[in-house]
Order: sequence, then structure tokens, then C-alpha cells
Amino acid sequence: MTTTRLPEIISRNQEELLNAWLRLQTEMFSARRDRVSESQLRAQSHNFLIALIDAVSRSAGSDIGATEWSGMRDLLSELSRQRAAQGFSPRETATFVFSFKRPLFALLRVEYTDHQALADDMWAATELLDKLGLYTIEIFQKTREDVIMRQQQEMLELSTPVVQLWHGILALPLIGTLDSARTQIVMQNLLEAIVAKGADLAIIDITGVPTVDTLVAQHLLKTVAAARLMGAECIISGIRPQIAQTIIHLGVDLGGVLTKATFADAFQLALRKKSLAIARA
Amino acid sequence: MTIEKGVEVMDRIPILKMGSFLLVTIQVDMHDQLALALQDDLTERIVRDRATGVLIDISALDIVDSFIGRMLGNIASIARILDAETVVVGMQPSVAITLVELGLSLPGIRTALNIDRGMELLRAANSGVAAGDGFEES
Amino acid sequence: MVLKRVDLQITAPEDVVVVRQTTRSLAVEAGLSLIDQTKIITAASELARNTLIHGGGGTAAVEIVRESPKEGLRLTFEDKGPGIPDLERAMQDGYSTGGGLGLGLGGSKRLSSEFRIQSKAGLGTRVVIARWKG
Repeated sequence: MTTTRLPEIISRNQEELLNAWLRLQTEMFSARRDRVSESQLRAQSHNFLIALIDAVSRSAGSDIGATEWSGMRDLLSELSRQRAAQGFSPRETATFVFSFKRPLFALLRVEYTDHQALADDMWAATELLDKLGLYTIEIFQKTREDVIMRQQQEMLELSTPVVQLWHGILALPLIGTLDSARTQIVMQNLLEAIVAKGADLAIIDITGVPTVDTLVAQHLLKTVAAARLMGAECIISGIRPQIAQTIIHLGVDLGGVLTKATFADAFQLALRKKSLAIARA
Repeated sequence: MTIEKGVEVMDRIPILKMGSFLLVTIQVDMHDQLALALQDDLTERIVRDRATGVLIDISALDIVDSFIGRMLGNIASIARILDAETVVVGMQPSVAITLVELGLSLPGIRTALNIDRGMELLRAANSGVAAGDGFEES
Repeated sequence: MVLKRVDLQITAPEDVVVVRQTTRSLAVEAGLSLIDQTKIITAASELARNTLIHGGGGTAAVEIVRESPKEGLRLTFEDKGPGIPDLERAMQDGYSTGGGLGLGLGGSKRLSSEFRIQSKAGLGTRVVIARWKG
């Protein structure tokens, strides 16, 4: 529970506050009026007020991560995601929250007679709205990151296909830097290809990978272990001297995993395992 | 088959004889009793049919937890004592990834992609020829 | 915010299967990827069995949850059993009091996005796990 008068003041003056805020927002975004309809903006602003009144009356502090604020967080997440998709900038999106300060403070100056109480509550309100505004920016950035990641994944799937070298032998040439997320996806693709092509031998070539860190090395090893459980064997090839040193330095235990310096050696080994050989005509 | 608590409770998992091998295809989400019953039944059949190999097809299982893992391990160990090899075939990719994450390595169990490959492995093991492309967990 | 909740009793071995099936259907509903589904269902199976065998029976609650920006599945296992006196040891792989492989708790933690356990000797045990999308 809170002792601030904010929820009561906002609630009592809801209509005027909403109208003043909407007027301000429309002024600031006259160029963007085609992107967000008036009725949608009114609905979003109205819901914001309701959520604000609710959260402030139930919680004492300004910790917007608390459960009392989850309704507001959901609202702002949704709004932020929408604005990001509609092509707004992060600043424009956060301004939804920040622009609320002006009509709110105008109202508070009228409502309070005690200067100290006014100062206290204005400060509390500023703190809250700043945090909420920053939250929308965080979500906005995360949304943008998600889109970029998805695009990267799609590019990745196109650029790192699993290749069938021969009956039962697959090759996965990895190129470029590997991060944890990318490695996981690539590895899942390999395991699925093993089932789809009925291949029991896979060569994972890392010639084109400049660096390998602990996480990536662990993912590689987990993939080899998973392939084994499925009945397929992996050979890791293209381990350059620097990477070999890194692996030892990191203390990663390659125990039992077949490795070859070059892809050609790995292919030869694979053929041998299948009792095959390439003979000159 | 009986129904208890809305769950189809299969009384026993069928075991097929294929030459000197036994084939088990697990297609239901087993509760613990059923898994233990399978272990018992297989043990009995290995002796009774003088089987030299056991093929366990888990291609229909999308969950293998530590209990089932333990059961598979037990079957392999028991079979070995009775001079029979066990091959587990058809593990799904997401199951394999999860088992690795869980830390289950299924020692002493051979694996193969499918029943055909599994049979090849067993035949090779039986005839004393080292199988080129099948291999064992350690 | 809890979008859906199913409460289950764990009193017999068949109940572990019910926990798996319920977890699966809610995981699908929550939109988890196949691999995430497999992980949470497997973790649920381990914990449900623990509740039954070590806890002497108890309850499981399966929830579809959204806590912006996270969304996914949350499971709570509770029992009024003997409790776990040495939690740290119990979380280590290979340690088992039930003749198992001792992978239940540590394994479930590795398979989950979040893992919380409270246990007091003589009072019972409560384990909460979650698997978030993406």
C-alpha cells in the first residue's frame, strides 16, 4: 500500500488527464498519425492510466520488476513491440511514457497545496515514469534483436547446409564465427540430417572457423555425443594449430572423439570405415 | 490393455523373435512397472530362446528419462551376462540431445540408426567380425 | 501472469505418466520448440518420480506463464515427505539414495531455464522449474 496521493488524484481526474495527454501526443507526432490510429492511441493511453493507478495503489516502491507491475509491463511490452514493428524509433516509443509527465505535473501543481508533498510526489512520479520509459526502450531493443537474430538464423540455414558426400556420409562445413545460439541450431540440423539421410558418419569441418571458445567446444562435444546415441559417428576435421592450442588451454576433454587435421584426411578415414576406397581408373 | 486414470496401461510390451535375435519395439509412454516388466520378460526370453542379440527400437519414444535409461542399461548388462549383445536403435535427435544434457551416457550399449543397421551390427558381432561402423559407448 | 494451470496428484506410478502427458500438451500449447518440449517433459518426469518415490507422494502444478518478456512453462512439485537433509550433495550427479543414477535433481536443473528448490528435513520438499521460449 502506498501513502502517496497519486493514484487517487489520477483516478479522479482521469478524463481531463487523458485528453491533455492525447492532445500532447498528437502534437508531437502529427507526422505519424497514419501509423497509429487515434482510437488505438486513446485505448493505449487509457489502459496505461488504468494500469498505473492499479500498480501505484498496490505497491509501495518504484521497483517496476515487482509482481504488482506485471500488468503494466505486459502493456508496455505489447506497445513497444507494435511500435518497433511499425517503424517507430526507440525514442519515439519511449516518448509515449515520457510525454505523460507534462499533463501529470500540471495536474499535481493544481492539486497540491503543500510544497513538500508536491515535491515528494513529483519526484516519485518522475522516478517511476523514467523507469517505465526505459523499460519500453529495453523491450524495443530486444524486439529488434529478435528480428535480427531470426534473419541471421535464416541466412545461416542457407549458408551452412549439411552436405551428403556419399551414401551414409555427411559433411557439415562450418564457416565463420560460431556463437552459442548458432552452434545449437547448426548441430540440431546435423542430427536431423543424420535421421533424414540415414547417415551414420558425419564430418564436422571447422577449417573456416577462426576461434572456438569453451561454449562452442562444449556444443561440438555434445553434438558428437548425441550423434553417437543415435547410432552415428562424427569426425571433427580442420582443427588448426591455434584452435588445438585453445582447446587444450581451455581444458576441454575431447576424449574419444575422432579428429583429423584436414577435411581430406577425414573423408579418407570415413571411406575406410565404410570399407570403401577411391581407386584410379 | 487396460485403462487406469485415463491412461492406457499396456499390460506387457510384446517381444518378437527374429532368428536368434529378439526385437522389442517400444511405442507407448511406459510407466515404471511396465518398464520393469519388460526387463523381466526380456531376461526370461533371452534364456528361453537362447538369443544372441537384442534389438530395442525406440524410434517412437520422444521422451527417455533416467529411469528408462537405467532400464536400457540394465537390459544390456543382463544380456551380456547371458552372452547376448544389445543394440538400441532409432533414438530421436531431441531425445539424444536431452540425454546428453541430462548426463546419461548409456555405457555398454551399442546404438544404430534403425533396425536394419542394428541387425547388421548384431550379425557382425556374432560372426566375430569387428563391425566397421557400429560402436559402443564407453 | 498464469495463462493456464493444471493441478495433478502424484500418488501412483501411472501418475508420472500423467505428469509427462500434461506437461507435453501444455508445452505444445505454450508454443515451445520440440527440443524445449523434450527437455521440460524429461525434467518433469524426473521430478515427478522423485516426488513419488522420495517424497511419498505429492502434487504437481503445470502452468503456462507469461512474465514479460519471458513466456513458457512452469512446474511446481511439492511433497510433505522426509525432505532432503543435504541439498548440495543431492544436487550432485551420481549421488542417489534410491539406487538410481542420481541424475534427477542435477539433470532437471540442467534441462530447465530456471530451477528453485526448498527442502527441510521432516517437512517436505518443493521444486519449481521453468522452461522459457527462445
